[in-house]
Amino acid sequence: MSWLSSFWRSSIGGKVTMAVTGLMLFGFVVSHLLGNLQLLQGKDKINGYAKWLHDLGPMLWVMRIGLLAIFVLHVWTALRLSRANKNARPVAYAKPSTVQATMASRSMLLSGLSLLVFIIYHLLHFTLGVVSAEHHDLKLADAGGHDVYTMVTTAFSVPAIAIAYAAFQVVLFLHLSHGIQSMAQTIGLHHARYSPMIKTVSFLVALVIAGGNMLLALSVMLGLVGGAQ
Amino acid sequence: MKVILHIWRQDKASTNDNFKQDGRMVRYELADVSPDMSFLEMLDVLNENLIEKGEESVAFDHDCREGICGACGVVIDGVPHGPERGTTTCQLHMRSFKDGAEIYIEPWRAKAFPVVRDLVVDRGSLDRIVQSGAFISVNTGAPQDANAIPIPKSDAERAFDAATCIGCGACVAACKNASAMLFVGAKVSHFAYLPQGRVERDSRARNLVKAMDEEGFGNCTNQNECEAVCPKEIPVRVIADMNREYLRAKAREG
Repeated sequence: MSWLSSFWRSSIGGKVTMAVTGLMLFGFVVSHLLGNLQLLQGKDKINGYAKWLHDLGPMLWVMRIGLLAIFVLHVWTALRLSRANKNARPVAYAKPSTVQATMASRSMLLSGLSLLVFIIYHLLHFTLGVVSAEHHDLKLADAGGHDVYTMVTTAFSVPAIAIAYAAFQVVLFLHLSHGIQSMAQTIGLHHARYSPMIKTVSFLVALVIAGGNMLLALSVMLGLVGGAQ
Repeated sequence: MKVILHIWRQDKASTNDNFKQDGRMVRYELADVSPDMSFLEMLDVLNENLIEKGEESVAFDHDCREGICGACGVVIDGVPHGPERGTTTCQLHMRSFKDGAEIYIEPWRAKAFPVVRDLVVDRGSLDRIVQSGAFISVNTGAPQDANAIPIPKSDAERAFDAATCIGCGACVAACKNASAMLFVGAKVSHFAYLPQGRVERDSRARNLVKAMDEEGFGNCTNQNECEAVCPKEIPVRVIADMNREYLRAKAREG
Protein backbone atom coordinates (compact mmCIF):
# COMPACT_ATOMS: atom_id res chain seq x y z
CA MET A 1 0.00 0.00 0.00
CA SER A 2 2.89 2.37 0.62
CA TRP A 3 3.72 2.27 -3.08
CA LEU A 4 0.22 3.36 -3.98
CA SER A 5 -0.16 5.91 -1.21
CA SER A 6 3.19 7.57 -1.94
CA PHE A 7 2.27 7.74 -5.62
CA TRP A 8 -1.21 9.04 -4.85
CA ARG A 9 0.05 11.72 -2.47
CA SER A 10 2.84 12.90 -4.77
CA SER A 11 2.32 15.92 -7.01
CA ILE A 12 2.96 13.93 -10.18
CA GLY A 13 0.77 11.07 -8.96
CA GLY A 14 -2.06 13.59 -8.58
CA LYS A 15 -1.44 15.01 -12.04
CA VAL A 16 -1.35 11.54 -13.60
CA THR A 17 -4.59 10.67 -11.81
CA MET A 18 -6.14 13.76 -13.40
CA ALA A 19 -4.79 12.78 -16.82
CA VAL A 20 -5.87 9.12 -16.73
CA THR A 21 -9.34 9.78 -15.29
CA GLY A 22 -9.63 12.71 -17.69
CA LEU A 23 -8.81 10.43 -20.61
CA MET A 24 -11.51 7.97 -19.51
CA LEU A 25 -14.08 10.75 -19.11
CA PHE A 26 -13.04 12.04 -22.52
CA GLY A 27 -13.75 8.56 -23.90
CA PHE A 28 -17.18 8.70 -22.30
CA VAL A 29 -17.93 12.12 -23.77
CA VAL A 30 -17.01 10.83 -27.23
CA SER A 31 -19.21 7.72 -26.97
CA HIS A 32 -22.02 9.81 -25.44
CA LEU A 33 -21.94 12.11 -28.47
CA LEU A 34 -21.72 9.26 -30.97
CA GLY A 35 -24.68 7.55 -29.33
CA ASN A 36 -26.77 10.69 -29.20
CA LEU A 37 -26.06 11.73 -32.77
CA GLN A 38 -28.42 8.87 -33.67
CA LEU A 39 -31.12 11.36 -32.72
CA LEU A 40 -30.54 12.83 -36.19
CA GLN A 41 -31.22 9.41 -37.72
CA GLY A 42 -34.77 9.29 -36.44
CA LYS A 43 -36.93 8.05 -33.62
CA ASP A 44 -36.50 4.31 -34.14
CA LYS A 45 -32.73 4.52 -34.35
CA ILE A 46 -32.13 6.46 -31.12
CA ASN A 47 -34.82 4.62 -29.18
CA GLY A 48 -33.36 1.30 -30.35
CA TYR A 49 -29.98 2.46 -29.06
CA ALA A 50 -31.53 3.37 -25.70
CA LYS A 51 -33.18 -0.05 -25.49
CA TRP A 52 -29.90 -1.77 -26.38
CA LEU A 53 -28.12 0.15 -23.60
CA HIS A 54 -30.78 -0.76 -21.05
CA ASP A 55 -30.83 -4.39 -22.13
CA LEU A 56 -27.16 -4.64 -21.18
CA GLY A 57 -28.55 -5.09 -17.66
CA PRO A 58 -25.78 -5.72 -15.13
CA MET A 59 -23.13 -4.50 -17.59
CA LEU A 60 -24.85 -1.12 -17.70
CA TRP A 61 -24.55 -0.89 -13.93
CA VAL A 62 -20.89 -1.86 -14.05
CA MET A 63 -20.33 0.98 -16.52
CA ARG A 64 -22.40 3.44 -14.50
CA ILE A 65 -20.63 2.68 -11.24
CA GLY A 66 -17.24 2.70 -12.95
CA LEU A 67 -17.99 6.03 -14.57
CA LEU A 68 -19.13 7.50 -11.27
CA ALA A 69 -15.97 6.28 -9.54
CA ILE A 70 -13.76 7.80 -12.24
CA PHE A 71 -15.74 11.04 -12.09
CA VAL A 72 -15.48 11.29 -8.30
CA LEU A 73 -11.73 10.58 -8.48
CA HIS A 74 -11.28 13.29 -11.11
CA VAL A 75 -13.17 15.92 -9.11
CA TRP A 76 -11.67 14.89 -5.78
CA THR A 77 -8.10 15.01 -7.10
CA ALA A 78 -8.77 18.35 -8.79
CA LEU A 79 -9.93 19.84 -5.50
CA ARG A 80 -6.96 18.36 -3.61
CA LEU A 81 -4.44 19.74 -6.11
CA SER A 82 -6.18 23.12 -6.32
CA ARG A 83 -6.04 23.51 -2.56
CA ALA A 84 -2.33 22.68 -2.56
CA ASN A 85 -1.80 25.20 -5.36
CA LYS A 86 -3.61 27.90 -3.45
CA ASN A 87 -1.56 27.17 -0.32
CA ALA A 88 1.65 27.36 -2.34
CA ARG A 89 1.19 31.11 -2.83
CA PRO A 90 -0.02 32.66 0.43
CA VAL A 91 0.49 36.27 -0.72
CA ALA A 92 -0.81 37.28 -4.15
CA TYR A 93 0.97 39.75 -6.44
CA ALA A 94 -0.15 43.35 -6.13
CA LYS A 95 -0.01 43.60 -9.92
CA PRO A 96 -0.69 40.18 -11.43
CA SER A 97 0.12 39.49 -15.06
CA THR A 98 -0.13 36.63 -17.55
CA VAL A 99 2.33 36.18 -20.41
CA GLN A 100 1.17 33.19 -22.45
CA ALA A 101 -1.22 31.02 -20.43
CA THR A 102 -4.48 30.53 -22.32
CA MET A 103 -7.86 31.46 -20.84
CA ALA A 104 -8.87 27.78 -21.05
CA SER A 105 -5.83 26.67 -19.05
CA ARG A 106 -6.39 29.31 -16.38
CA SER A 107 -10.06 28.48 -15.90
CA MET A 108 -9.85 24.68 -15.61
CA LEU A 109 -11.13 24.61 -12.03
CA LEU A 110 -13.97 27.02 -12.83
CA SER A 111 -14.94 25.25 -16.07
CA GLY A 112 -14.67 21.89 -14.32
CA LEU A 113 -16.94 22.93 -11.44
CA SER A 114 -19.40 24.49 -13.89
CA LEU A 115 -19.50 21.18 -15.76
CA LEU A 116 -20.12 19.39 -12.46
CA VAL A 117 -23.19 21.56 -11.87
CA PHE A 118 -24.33 21.00 -15.45
CA ILE A 119 -23.88 17.22 -15.25
CA ILE A 120 -25.88 17.05 -12.02
CA TYR A 121 -28.66 19.05 -13.70
CA HIS A 122 -28.44 16.88 -16.82
CA LEU A 123 -28.80 13.66 -14.77
CA LEU A 124 -31.68 15.10 -12.73
CA HIS A 125 -33.35 16.09 -15.99
CA PHE A 126 -32.99 13.15 -18.42
CA THR A 127 -31.90 10.23 -16.24
CA LEU A 128 -33.72 10.65 -12.93
CA GLY A 129 -36.61 12.88 -13.94
CA VAL A 130 -36.43 15.15 -10.91
CA VAL A 131 -36.18 18.43 -12.82
CA SER A 132 -38.83 19.09 -15.53
CA ALA A 133 -40.27 15.67 -14.72
CA GLU A 134 -42.77 15.95 -17.58
CA HIS A 135 -39.93 15.35 -20.05
CA HIS A 136 -38.76 12.23 -18.25
CA ASP A 137 -42.35 10.97 -18.11
CA LEU A 138 -42.47 11.09 -21.93
CA LYS A 139 -39.58 8.67 -22.07
CA LEU A 140 -41.50 6.12 -20.04
CA ALA A 141 -44.84 6.77 -21.76
CA ASP A 142 -44.51 4.47 -24.75
CA ALA A 143 -42.12 2.33 -26.83
CA GLY A 144 -41.39 0.11 -23.84
CA GLY A 145 -40.06 2.92 -21.66
CA HIS A 146 -37.21 3.90 -23.99
CA ASP A 147 -38.70 6.81 -25.88
CA VAL A 148 -35.73 9.12 -25.43
CA TYR A 149 -36.52 10.65 -28.82
CA THR A 150 -39.76 12.24 -27.62
CA MET A 151 -38.21 13.19 -24.30
CA VAL A 152 -35.24 14.98 -25.85
CA THR A 153 -37.10 16.64 -28.72
CA THR A 154 -39.77 17.92 -26.35
CA ALA A 155 -37.22 19.22 -23.87
CA PHE A 156 -35.08 20.98 -26.47
CA SER A 157 -38.10 22.56 -28.11
CA VAL A 158 -38.15 24.75 -25.00
CA PRO A 159 -35.69 27.49 -26.06
CA ALA A 160 -34.44 28.19 -22.51
CA ILE A 161 -33.44 24.54 -22.02
CA ALA A 162 -31.86 24.18 -25.47
CA ILE A 163 -29.86 27.39 -25.02
CA ALA A 164 -28.74 26.38 -21.52
CA TYR A 165 -27.50 23.03 -22.84
CA ALA A 166 -25.79 24.74 -25.77
CA ALA A 167 -24.16 27.32 -23.50
CA PHE A 168 -22.61 24.63 -21.34
CA GLN A 169 -21.00 23.18 -24.45
CA VAL A 170 -18.86 26.32 -24.58
CA VAL A 171 -17.65 25.43 -21.09
CA LEU A 172 -17.05 21.83 -22.20
CA PHE A 173 -15.07 23.13 -25.17
CA LEU A 174 -12.84 25.25 -22.91
CA HIS A 175 -12.27 22.36 -20.51
CA LEU A 176 -11.45 19.83 -23.23
CA SER A 177 -9.33 22.14 -25.38
CA HIS A 178 -6.83 22.45 -22.53
CA GLY A 179 -7.52 19.06 -20.99
CA ILE A 180 -6.71 16.89 -24.00
CA GLN A 181 -3.29 18.45 -24.65
CA SER A 182 -2.60 18.57 -20.93
CA MET A 183 -3.10 14.79 -20.65
CA ALA A 184 -0.30 14.16 -23.16
CA GLN A 185 2.14 16.46 -21.37
CA THR A 186 1.32 14.98 -17.96
CA ILE A 187 1.98 11.39 -18.94
CA GLY A 188 5.28 12.50 -20.43
CA LEU A 189 4.44 12.75 -24.13
CA HIS A 190 6.27 15.72 -25.54
CA HIS A 191 7.87 16.12 -28.90
CA ALA A 192 9.36 19.15 -30.59
CA ARG A 193 7.37 18.56 -33.76
CA TYR A 194 4.26 16.73 -32.56
CA SER A 195 3.42 18.70 -29.41
CA PRO A 196 2.22 21.77 -31.35
CA MET A 197 0.14 19.35 -33.45
CA ILE A 198 -1.34 17.80 -30.28
CA LYS A 199 -2.40 21.32 -29.24
CA THR A 200 -4.15 21.89 -32.56
CA VAL A 201 -5.82 18.47 -32.46
CA SER A 202 -6.87 19.12 -28.86
CA PHE A 203 -8.54 22.36 -29.93
CA LEU A 204 -10.26 20.77 -32.94
CA VAL A 205 -11.48 17.66 -31.12
CA ALA A 206 -12.91 19.83 -28.33
CA LEU A 207 -14.61 21.96 -30.98
CA VAL A 208 -16.13 18.92 -32.71
CA ILE A 209 -17.43 17.41 -29.47
CA ALA A 210 -18.90 20.63 -28.12
CA GLY A 211 -20.22 21.52 -31.58
CA GLY A 212 -21.84 18.10 -32.00
CA ASN A 213 -23.64 18.37 -28.68
CA MET A 214 -24.68 21.91 -29.46
CA LEU A 215 -25.98 20.80 -32.85
CA LEU A 216 -28.33 18.32 -31.19
CA ALA A 217 -29.86 20.88 -28.84
CA LEU A 218 -30.12 23.69 -31.39
CA SER A 219 -31.41 21.60 -34.29
CA VAL A 220 -34.35 20.51 -32.14
CA MET A 221 -34.95 24.06 -30.93
CA LEU A 222 -34.98 25.33 -34.52
CA GLY A 223 -37.43 22.60 -35.51
CA LEU A 224 -35.01 20.74 -37.81
CA VAL A 225 -35.39 17.58 -35.75
CA GLY A 226 -38.45 16.36 -33.90
CA GLY A 227 -42.06 17.44 -34.27
CA ALA A 228 -44.44 15.06 -36.00
CA GLN A 229 -42.34 12.16 -37.17
CA MET B 1 13.83 59.54 -18.15
CA LYS B 2 11.63 59.52 -15.08
CA VAL B 3 9.95 56.51 -13.49
CA ILE B 4 7.44 55.96 -10.71
CA LEU B 5 8.20 52.86 -8.67
CA HIS B 6 5.91 50.85 -6.44
CA ILE B 7 8.15 48.59 -4.37
CA TRP B 8 7.30 45.95 -1.78
CA ARG B 9 8.87 46.97 1.54
CA GLN B 10 9.03 44.50 4.41
CA ASP B 11 11.24 44.84 7.50
CA LYS B 12 10.87 41.45 9.10
CA ALA B 13 11.36 38.02 7.56
CA SER B 14 8.22 36.07 6.70
CA THR B 15 7.32 33.12 8.86
CA ASN B 16 4.85 30.33 8.23
CA ASP B 17 2.46 31.92 10.73
CA ASN B 18 2.68 35.39 9.30
CA PHE B 19 3.66 35.29 5.69
CA LYS B 20 2.87 38.92 5.09
CA GLN B 21 4.80 40.38 8.06
CA ASP B 22 3.39 43.89 7.69
CA GLY B 23 4.86 44.47 4.27
CA ARG B 24 3.37 47.00 1.87
CA MET B 25 3.85 48.58 -1.52
CA VAL B 26 5.62 51.96 -1.25
CA ARG B 27 5.67 54.61 -4.01
CA TYR B 28 8.94 56.27 -5.07
CA GLU B 29 9.65 58.76 -7.84
CA LEU B 30 13.00 58.62 -9.55
CA ALA B 31 14.18 61.24 -12.06
CA ASP B 32 17.31 61.33 -14.22
CA VAL B 33 17.23 57.65 -15.04
CA SER B 34 19.35 56.80 -18.07
CA PRO B 35 17.78 54.41 -20.60
CA ASP B 36 21.17 52.65 -20.70
CA MET B 37 21.07 51.78 -17.01
CA SER B 38 20.33 48.21 -16.10
CA PHE B 39 17.28 47.65 -13.92
CA LEU B 40 19.51 46.93 -10.93
CA GLU B 41 21.58 50.08 -11.54
CA MET B 42 18.34 52.02 -11.45
CA LEU B 43 17.61 50.43 -8.05
CA ASP B 44 21.18 51.33 -6.96
CA VAL B 45 20.46 54.98 -7.79
CA LEU B 46 17.20 54.81 -5.87
CA ASN B 47 19.02 53.38 -2.88
CA GLU B 48 21.68 56.12 -2.97
CA ASN B 49 18.89 58.68 -2.94
CA LEU B 50 17.21 56.91 -0.02
CA ILE B 51 20.47 56.73 1.96
CA GLU B 52 21.11 60.45 1.36
CA LYS B 53 17.66 61.16 2.76
CA GLY B 54 18.43 58.95 5.74
CA GLU B 55 15.88 56.31 4.77
CA GLU B 56 16.33 52.56 4.71
CA SER B 57 17.54 51.31 1.32
CA VAL B 58 15.64 48.68 -0.66
CA ALA B 59 17.12 45.20 -0.20
CA PHE B 60 17.43 43.09 -3.35
CA ASP B 61 19.52 40.07 -4.34
CA HIS B 62 22.24 40.31 -6.99
CA ASP B 63 25.68 38.96 -7.67
CA CYS B 64 27.31 38.60 -11.09
CA ARG B 65 25.14 41.10 -12.97
CA GLU B 66 26.01 39.16 -16.11
CA GLY B 67 22.89 37.01 -16.30
CA ILE B 68 24.62 33.77 -15.34
CA CYS B 69 24.47 33.39 -11.55
CA GLY B 70 20.75 33.30 -10.85
CA ALA B 71 20.97 35.51 -7.76
CA CYS B 72 18.97 38.49 -8.99
CA GLY B 73 15.31 38.43 -9.80
CA VAL B 74 12.28 40.50 -8.93
CA VAL B 75 8.77 40.48 -10.28
CA ILE B 76 8.35 43.54 -12.50
CA ASP B 77 4.76 44.48 -13.37
CA GLY B 78 3.70 40.93 -12.56
CA VAL B 79 6.36 39.28 -14.73
CA PRO B 80 9.46 37.69 -13.16
CA HIS B 81 12.62 39.32 -14.60
CA GLY B 82 10.46 41.87 -16.41
CA PRO B 83 9.16 42.34 -19.93
CA GLU B 84 12.06 41.05 -22.06
CA ARG B 85 12.16 37.33 -22.96
CA GLY B 86 15.15 35.23 -21.96
CA THR B 87 16.58 37.96 -19.73
CA THR B 88 17.53 38.13 -16.08
CA THR B 89 16.67 41.27 -14.09
CA CYS B 90 20.32 42.41 -14.19
CA GLN B 91 20.37 42.19 -17.98
CA LEU B 92 17.15 44.17 -18.33
CA HIS B 93 17.68 47.81 -19.25
CA MET B 94 15.59 50.87 -18.57
CA ARG B 95 15.14 51.42 -22.32
CA SER B 96 12.56 48.62 -22.08
CA PHE B 97 10.32 51.06 -20.20
CA LYS B 98 8.59 54.23 -21.31
CA ASP B 99 9.47 57.61 -19.85
CA GLY B 100 7.19 58.23 -16.88
CA ALA B 101 6.30 54.55 -16.57
CA GLU B 102 4.78 53.24 -13.34
CA ILE B 103 6.67 50.08 -12.43
CA TYR B 104 5.53 47.58 -9.79
CA ILE B 105 8.38 45.66 -8.17
CA GLU B 106 7.63 42.67 -5.95
CA PRO B 107 9.56 39.71 -4.57
CA TRP B 108 9.05 36.14 -5.84
CA ARG B 109 5.78 35.03 -4.22
CA ALA B 110 5.68 31.43 -3.00
CA LYS B 111 5.27 29.65 0.31
CA ALA B 112 8.54 27.86 -0.41
CA PHE B 113 10.28 31.26 -0.90
CA PRO B 114 9.74 33.17 2.36
CA VAL B 115 10.62 36.85 2.09
CA VAL B 116 13.78 37.72 4.02
CA ARG B 117 13.45 41.45 3.53
CA ASP B 118 11.92 43.73 0.87
CA LEU B 119 12.66 42.01 -2.46
CA VAL B 120 14.97 39.32 -1.08
CA VAL B 121 13.58 35.80 -0.73
CA ASP B 122 15.08 32.64 0.73
CA ARG B 123 15.50 30.15 -2.11
CA GLY B 124 17.00 27.46 0.13
CA SER B 125 14.15 25.18 -0.92
CA LEU B 126 15.71 24.90 -4.39
CA ASP B 127 19.09 24.02 -2.85
CA ARG B 128 17.49 21.31 -0.71
CA ILE B 129 15.88 19.82 -3.83
CA VAL B 130 19.26 19.77 -5.59
CA GLN B 131 20.83 18.08 -2.55
CA SER B 132 18.22 15.32 -2.72
CA GLY B 133 19.42 14.01 -6.06
CA ALA B 134 20.38 16.54 -8.73
CA PHE B 135 23.92 15.18 -9.05
CA ILE B 136 25.80 12.09 -10.15
CA SER B 137 27.81 10.00 -7.71
CA VAL B 138 31.44 9.51 -8.70
CA ASN B 139 33.13 7.97 -5.71
CA THR B 140 36.63 7.20 -6.90
CA GLY B 141 39.14 7.18 -9.74
CA ALA B 142 40.31 9.67 -12.30
CA PRO B 143 37.89 11.10 -14.85
CA GLN B 144 37.80 9.06 -18.04
CA ASP B 145 38.45 10.47 -21.47
CA ALA B 146 35.72 12.89 -22.39
CA ASN B 147 34.84 11.05 -25.58
CA ALA B 148 35.12 7.49 -24.21
CA ILE B 149 31.31 7.20 -23.98
CA PRO B 150 29.65 8.32 -27.21
CA ILE B 151 26.51 10.41 -26.64
CA PRO B 152 24.10 11.13 -29.51
CA LYS B 153 24.11 14.82 -30.40
CA SER B 154 20.36 15.18 -29.87
CA ASP B 155 20.68 13.74 -26.35
CA ALA B 156 23.61 16.00 -25.55
CA GLU B 157 21.62 19.02 -26.72
CA ARG B 158 18.54 18.09 -24.69
CA ALA B 159 20.67 17.59 -21.61
CA PHE B 160 22.49 20.86 -22.19
CA ASP B 161 19.27 22.82 -22.72
CA ALA B 162 18.17 21.66 -19.27
CA ALA B 163 21.61 22.20 -17.75
CA THR B 164 21.49 25.92 -18.55
CA CYS B 165 19.16 26.39 -15.54
CA ILE B 166 20.66 28.95 -13.15
CA GLY B 167 18.19 28.21 -10.35
CA CYS B 168 16.85 31.76 -10.13
CA GLY B 169 13.32 30.63 -9.22
CA ALA B 170 11.51 32.75 -11.82
CA CYS B 171 9.53 29.68 -12.94
CA VAL B 172 8.08 29.36 -9.45
CA ALA B 173 7.35 33.08 -9.27
CA ALA B 174 5.56 33.05 -12.64
CA CYS B 175 3.55 29.88 -12.08
CA LYS B 176 -0.07 30.52 -11.11
CA ASN B 177 0.32 27.59 -8.71
CA ALA B 178 3.84 28.46 -7.47
CA SER B 179 5.03 25.12 -8.82
CA ALA B 180 8.73 24.33 -9.15
CA MET B 181 8.25 21.74 -11.86
CA LEU B 182 10.24 23.56 -14.54
CA PHE B 183 13.19 23.78 -12.16
CA VAL B 184 12.94 20.15 -11.02
CA GLY B 185 12.22 19.04 -14.59
CA ALA B 186 15.42 20.77 -15.68
CA LYS B 187 17.39 18.87 -13.03
CA VAL B 188 15.84 15.54 -14.07
CA SER B 189 16.25 16.20 -17.78
CA HIS B 190 19.83 17.43 -17.33
CA PHE B 191 20.92 13.94 -16.20
CA ALA B 192 18.32 11.63 -17.77
CA TYR B 193 19.75 11.91 -21.29
CA LEU B 194 23.36 11.25 -20.28
CA PRO B 195 24.88 7.80 -19.61
CA GLN B 196 26.55 9.09 -16.44
CA GLY B 197 23.16 10.22 -15.13
CA ARG B 198 21.21 7.11 -16.09
CA VAL B 199 22.83 5.02 -13.35
CA GLU B 200 20.82 6.79 -10.66
CA ARG B 201 17.83 7.84 -12.74
CA ASP B 202 15.19 6.00 -10.70
CA SER B 203 16.26 7.19 -7.27
CA ARG B 204 16.91 10.68 -8.63
CA ALA B 205 13.40 11.05 -10.06
CA ARG B 206 11.80 9.75 -6.87
CA ASN B 207 13.94 11.81 -4.51
CA LEU B 208 13.67 15.07 -6.43
CA VAL B 209 9.88 14.85 -6.67
CA LYS B 210 9.62 13.92 -2.99
CA ALA B 211 11.85 16.84 -1.97
CA MET B 212 9.89 19.20 -4.21
CA ASP B 213 6.57 18.13 -2.68
CA GLU B 214 7.91 18.47 0.87
CA GLU B 215 8.92 22.10 0.26
CA GLY B 216 5.30 23.10 -0.35
CA PHE B 217 5.45 24.06 -4.02
CA GLY B 218 2.24 23.82 -6.07
CA ASN B 219 1.38 21.49 -8.94
CA CYS B 220 1.85 22.11 -12.63
CA THR B 221 -1.34 22.69 -14.63
CA ASN B 222 0.46 23.04 -17.97
CA GLN B 223 -0.14 26.75 -18.40
CA ASN B 224 3.46 27.27 -19.54
CA GLU B 225 3.98 30.62 -17.80
CA CYS B 226 7.31 29.30 -16.46
CA GLU B 227 8.68 28.74 -19.94
CA ALA B 228 7.76 32.32 -20.90
CA VAL B 229 9.79 33.93 -18.11
CA CYS B 230 12.75 31.55 -17.81
CA PRO B 231 15.86 33.65 -18.48
CA LYS B 232 17.49 30.57 -20.00
CA GLU B 233 14.35 29.75 -22.03
CA ILE B 234 14.16 26.19 -20.73
CA PRO B 235 11.19 24.54 -22.47
CA VAL B 236 8.27 22.81 -20.69
CA ARG B 237 9.50 19.66 -22.45
CA VAL B 238 11.61 19.10 -19.31
CA ILE B 239 8.40 18.80 -17.25
CA ALA B 240 7.18 16.01 -19.55
CA ASP B 241 10.63 14.41 -19.14
CA MET B 242 10.28 14.58 -15.36
CA ASN B 243 6.75 13.10 -15.45
CA ARG B 244 8.00 10.25 -17.62
CA GLU B 245 11.09 9.60 -15.50
CA TYR B 246 9.01 9.61 -12.31
CA LEU B 247 6.42 7.20 -13.76
CA ARG B 248 9.22 4.93 -14.97
CA ALA B 249 10.88 4.98 -11.55
CA LYS B 250 7.59 4.21 -9.80
CA ALA B 251 6.85 1.37 -12.23
CA ARG B 252 10.26 -0.19 -11.51
CA GLU B 253 10.04 0.31 -7.73
CA GLY B 254 10.05 -2.92 -5.74
